[in-house]
Amino acid sequence: MAILKVLVVDDEPGIRSGVARILNNFRVTYPFMDEDYTFEVIEAATGEEGISIIEKTHPDIILLDNKLPGIQGVDVLDYIRNNNLDIVVAMITSYASLDVAVKATHSGATDFIPKPFTPQELKSSMEHITKQLYLKRITHRLNEEGKKVRYQFLSVLSHELKAPLNAIEGYLVMMKEKQLGDKIDDYAVPIERALRRIQGMRTLIMDLLDFTKIKLQRREDRLQPVDLAEIASDSIATVRPYAIQKEVEIKLDKKSDATVLADPGDMAIIFNNLISNAVKYNVEGGKVEIILDSTDDEVIAVFADTGIGIRPEDKDNLFTEFVRIKREEIKDATGSGLGLSIVKKVTDLYKGTISVESEIGKGSIFTVRLPKNKSGFNDAKHEITGKNS
Amino acid sequence: MNKGDYTVLVADDDPDYLFQTVKALEKAGYRVDGVESQAEAEAYIATHKPDIAIFDLMMENDDSGFILCYKLKKRYPDVPVIIATGVARETGFIFSLDTRNEKEWIKADSYLEKGLRPEQLDNEIMKLLNL
Repeated sequence: MAILKVLVVDDEPGIRSGVARILNNFRVTYPFMDEDYTFEVIEAATGEEGISIIEKTHPDIILLDNKLPGIQGVDVLDYIRNNNLDIVVAMITSYASLDVAVKATHSGATDFIPKPFTPQELKSSMEHITKQLYLKRITHRLNEEGKKVRYQFLSVLSHELKAPLNAIEGYLVMMKEKQLGDKIDDYAVPIERALRRIQGMRTLIMDLLDFTKIKLQRREDRLQPVDLAEIASDSIATVRPYAIQKEVEIKLDKKSDATVLADPGDMAIIFNNLISNAVKYNVEGGKVEIILDSTDDEVIAVFADTGIGIRPEDKDNLFTEFVRIKREEIKDATGSGLGLSIVKKVTDLYKGTISVESEIGKGSIFTVRLPKNKSGFNDAKHEITGKNS
Repeated sequence: MNKGDYTVLVADDDPDYLFQTVKALEKAGYRVDGVESQAEAEAYIATHKPDIAIFDLMMENDDSGFILCYKLKKRYPDVPVIIATGVARETGFIFSLDTRNEKEWIKADSYLEKGLRPEQLDNEIMKLLNL
């Protein structure tokens, strides 16, 4: 429960005490709010007194009479606006002339309470005001958090993009200055390393594209029945050349029908990332097994590998953007640090889950569970037309 | 003594930067040992005494370079240390060794931004080795 401070600025003592009495036992509650709101009423008889209380106690809501003995209500509104105060103001006025209303609204008043008012009228106005205040603050907070997250993301991203450029530049300088000799063969290692960094950068850019894609507004008309066995086969075909090179065997085992209502592109993101990881972090001669299964309401995809495994202390950060685990065995792997965070975001979007079990040196098992029912899909409100589901 | 009589220890977890620094210093005439982590550097210090060390700041830990500085100075107080990092360029977090207070806190003799030209690094090393 939270308490909102309400300042009543009115020269009529009867109005002030009336408001205090009505709001004393009043509580505002909406299903979308985290908590209920109650009110603490502070009284001021003039605009000047009101401003000095505003300075001292920072009220959340002000019920403001326009016609006051000294400065007028609109002057108080100007004061609030000029000082950028986070306060919701409702005007209480006996002659609700259009003039005053327009002027007050321009100055930032959000509501009007005509005088005289019944307890019920005051209460319904307070409900409205509280809702506005709540939404305004939530929006503000979300914007701030969004800004912070975006800033962090961009600063890490710029580091990740600059690092390969610095490395490649360094190798080119070596060549320009002929640091290793006059023959092109003297530069086999720098050339190989530079190519690897370029490959890493390309992976990062491709992952970034995936990343921006899943952040965009979903379009429900892209949802369609998707057979995950087909998606898995496509992904395996993509990874196969790399797997052959590493002598890793990939097997697909479809235990039951694994069809979900989804955007095929999203499903491909999940399978491509998890299968290529299972190969990349595997040992030579290792195995990758993909098992598709389903229950009444969900589809389960298991990705089991015989790779190097994940240390318990690394598990917590596995799905965080740009967290790349440092291990001697994988120092040459060209990961972007985005793959698993993207997979997590996509499964979240479908109200699914991803979990991991792992034993160091033995392998890892990633399990993705996706609801079959489209009602599980975030923000999908409408029927899909022209498709059987 | 000439440069070939001096051993430079370089620790950096970016294998490309390490490779490039090692090659540049070899080209300048030094004997160079490169290691890829704080742990490897600690193991090296336990058995070898370099004539000068260049540590990357952020390796396994955000302050790996400082930790290595401290440990090296404790064992070999006379060995100069250079901290090389791209941290200021990338984060805007700036520190220097200009005041006595900072020198006491960061036990390095010199602090350099990464991306130096090979001859600038060579000059800095020659200065610290009184060559």
